[in-house]
Amino acid sequence: MSKLNNILTKFKNMPVDGMTKTLFVAITLCFVCSMVVSFAAVNLKEVQEVNKAIDKQKNILQVAGLYYEGIDVEKSFSSFEPIVVDLNQGKFTNRFDPLTFDDKKAAQDPGLSISLKEDPASIGRRTNFATVYLLKKEDGSLDKVILPIHGYGLWSTLYGFIALEKNGNDIFGLQFYQHAETPGLGAEVDNPKWKAQWKGKKINNDSGELMITVAKTQKYKDHHIDALAGATLTSNGVDNLVKFWMGEAGFKKFLTNLQNGAA
Amino acid sequence: MSQTRKQLLTDPLVDNNPITLQVLGICSALAVTSSLNVAFVMSLAVIAVCGFSSLFISFLRHYIPNSIRIIVQMVIIASLVILVDQIIKAYAYEISKTLSVFVGLIITNCIVMGRAEAFAMKNKPFESFIDGVGNGLGYSLLLMGVGVIRELFGSGSLFGIMIFEPVSNGGWYVPNGLLLLPPSAFFIIGFFIWGVRTWKKSQVEAREYKIQTLEEH
Repeated sequence: MSKLNNILTKFKNMPVDGMTKTLFVAITLCFVCSMVVSFAAVNLKEVQEVNKAIDKQKNILQVAGLYYEGIDVEKSFSSFEPIVVDLNQGKFTNRFDPLTFDDKKAAQDPGLSISLKEDPASIGRRTNFATVYLLKKEDGSLDKVILPIHGYGLWSTLYGFIALEKNGNDIFGLQFYQHAETPGLGAEVDNPKWKAQWKGKKINNDSGELMITVAKTQKYKDHHIDALAGATLTSNGVDNLVKFWMGEAGFKKFLTNLQNGAA
Repeated sequence: MSQTRKQLLTDPLVDNNPITLQVLGICSALAVTSSLNVAFVMSLAVIAVCGFSSLFISFLRHYIPNSIRIIVQMVIIASLVILVDQIIKAYAYEISKTLSVFVGLIITNCIVMGRAEAFAMKNKPFESFIDGVGNGLGYSLLLMGVGVIRELFGSGSLFGIMIFEPVSNGGWYVPNGLLLLPPSAFFIIGFFIWGVRTWKKSQVEAREYKIQTLEEH
């Protein structure tokens, strides 16, 4: 015991600026601070996840044009039917429960995803199964279909939804719910005026070629979205990701099947 | 509260305001003042971080080795900022999305670091805490001032509540779009500094040079 006391007194008498105490302070401080930070992160995670889920539902409502201030998000969201789609087959599948299925996790799972050779959206792996949301009219017929899309912009992966009319070709809206692009420049993808451009644009031309483009100059009126000023790389990212998800590697097969009633 | 402690709290509001006198923390003041809700949450975050970082640093001031003192201050400030960021994400998700990186950037806010280095390293914990809160309040006061002007004339509302009905909603007010862009905060802060220095002449800095006139021979 006295030995321990000796060490303690010796330690106490060391100069504050000495090597031992400097290291001691640095290590203790780092340890304590990391404990505090991780404690907060772990404990608040659950609340944050709930917020994220509600935010996702809210974004689906917004992209479908059903959102207004003060709406009960969870209740209104019940008019959507979430359903999992097999992207390779282009068909609905009941292998997974759409309420618990996580596209993002599936994209990490080698058994549920493919590694992309051609990867314009820079997403690395593409999930084979994606949750889509069908909005039905009161008589049960299809009104809109909402598809999840994501891809890399300048700093971050942009996650969002694209809402299509029941013909699977006319865009109703596009919205990102998660990204970390530059505020004021790339983050203008959230600007309502910019988003309004997407409404009524057509993905494919009459002969079925993929035409939708985000660019500075307008080539085809029906398929053109103005790029964001000062955010070329974010705009290119959005261009790439929309083309990717609307293309063969994305939802094209599913949308074609949906039209033919074969989904 | 004794006279000096009260001064610690009230001095940074006008007489020694971190933004108008010391011209610190401008960057975030530009970014978060386009709507009052966001400016308010940011203010609370800065007050909390500034107060508690001063408090903890002051507690430890006799044990912080001089050679690593800046790093120690940064670690404490950064931990508090992450804590605040997590709390905002959990309980004010909408606002956290608008604030995006700016809560994280409180770490680099010169006001917080400045108070830690200039005051908390030399003074007792309670005084340091009050000093930190006071400076946070000084920052907030200006932030809210700028926010009121920007939101009222930029979008015709205050705290999201419509005051002037804008033309786009069928009202009469044509919003000034410039006020929603970051540069407008520069002008407004400039006018604030001008106003405060006209009121309190002692804040006017001495000229560093004098315009020379040619003497006629």
